[in-house]
Amino acid sequence: MPPLVALYVRELRLSVRIGGGALMGVLFYLIVVTTFPFAIGPDLNLLSRLGPAILWIGALLATLLGLDRLFEADRDDGALDLMVASGQSLELLVIVKVLAHWTATGLPLVVAAPFLSLLLAMPVDVTIATVATLLVGTPALTFLGAIGAGLTVSLRRGGLLLPILVLPFAVPVLIFGVAAATAVAYDPAAFRTPFLLIVAVTLTAAAISPIATAAALRNGLD
Amino acid sequence: MSQPFQPFRLVVEALGVDRGGRRVIEGVDLTISAGDAVLVTGPNGVGKSTLLRALAGLGRPVNGSVRFEADGVGDPDEVGRHVHYLGHRDAVKPALTVRENLAFWQDFLGGEGGAPVEAALEVVGLLDLADLPAAYLSAGQRRRLAVARLVAVRRPLWLLDEPTAALDAASEMNLVRLMTDHIERGGAVVAATHLAIGLAGTRSLRLVAGETA
Repeated sequence: MPPLVALYVRELRLSVRIGGGALMGVLFYLIVVTTFPFAIGPDLNLLSRLGPAILWIGALLATLLGLDRLFEADRDDGALDLMVASGQSLELLVIVKVLAHWTATGLPLVVAAPFLSLLLAMPVDVTIATVATLLVGTPALTFLGAIGAGLTVSLRRGGLLLPILVLPFAVPVLIFGVAAATAVAYDPAAFRTPFLLIVAVTLTAAAISPIATAAALRNGLD
Repeated sequence: MSQPFQPFRLVVEALGVDRGGRRVIEGVDLTISAGDAVLVTGPNGVGKSTLLRALAGLGRPVNGSVRFEADGVGDPDEVGRHVHYLGHRDAVKPALTVRENLAFWQDFLGGEGGAPVEAALEVVGLLDLADLPAAYLSAGQRRRLAVARLVAVRRPLWLLDEPTAALDAASEMNLVRLMTDHIERGGAVVAATHLAIGLAGTRSLRLVAGETA
C-alpha cells in the first residue's frame, strides 16, 4: 500500500475501533439537535425557520468535539515522531489525516442531517440546501480545526483551547452556510452567492491549513 | 538474510540543540560510517535522548548540521528517511492488532527490502499474537513490536533510545543479535543504552554535563 493510503486506512480503522471518535460526533449531533424542539416548543413555523441554523450549530460543535485528538493521540504514543522523521511531506500527511478525520466524523454528520431535519419540521428544499451546504462547509471546519489541533498538540488538556482558537475562523462558514440554506425558503436564486462563498472558504482553508498545521506540528516537537 | 547496505556516512558537525530554552547539546562532532556501533552513555538528563532525536531530524538544531552522505542520496539534509528512530514511546496503537500496527509502519515507512510482516513478528516472537489487539500486550511485548519495525523496514542507520527498556533477558539477547546482524550487513547503530554489545569496533560516546568527551 502507498504510504499515504496506508495512513488513510489506519485513521479510518482507528476511528471506528474502541476509543475512536467516529460515532461520538454523530451521537453528540443527535443530542444537540433533538433538544432544540423541546426547548423551543411546538411552534412548527418557528422550528422550521430555525432548522438550518440548528443543524449548522450542531455540526459545528460536533466537529470541534473530536478535533483535539487529531494529532494528540499520535503524539502521546510517539507515532507523530516517526511520521515527522519519516521524510514524508508533513503537509501531505496533514491533508490525509484531515480527509480521514472528515470521512469518519464530518461525513456522518452530513448523512445524518436529512433525518434530523424531520425533527425540525424542515421543508424538503431547505433540507436539501442545508445538506448541500454542510457537505461543502464541514471540510472547512475540519481543515481550520487542524490548525488549532496542531497548535495545541503539545499542551496537556488543550482540548478547550482549541475551540477558542478555531471558532472565530469557523464563524464565516456558519454565517454563509445558514444564509444559503435559509435563503432557499424565500428566494431560491439567493442560494448561489453564499453557497459559492462557503466553497471559497473551504478551498482557502484547504490551501492554508496543511502549511500552517505542518508548521505548528514542527514547532510543537521538543 | 537480506542485501548488504551500500556505504554511507552520517556526518554531525558542531551540533547544538536547545531543549526547554536551555542548551543541552553543544558542539558535538561525530562521524558514523557503515559498520559502526556507537554507544551513547552519560548520566540521566545529560541529553542522550535529545542527541538521538536531533540525529533523527526531530527538532531543529540551533547550530551545526546533521548530514547523511551516500551514493545516490540527493539531499543529505533529509536524514529522516535513512534512519530508524526507536524512542521511549513505542508508536503502538492499542486499538489495532499487532499485525495491523506493524503492517501500517511497513507501508508508511516503505517496505522495500525489509522482511515481510509475518517474518518480522516471528523474529521478535510475536507471531502467535499477530491478531490480538495491541492493547492486550505487556510493556515488553509492545517494545518487541516496536523492535519488529526495525526488521520490517530496511534502513541503514538505527537510532535506539534505551531499546532494552522493559525487555526481558531473552529479548535483550535477541535485540543484540539483531544489532549484530545489522552491523555485519553494513548498517550502523547508535544506541543510548547500558547494554554491553559484544562487537568489535564498538565506540562509546560519553556525554557529560556542559560538554562532550
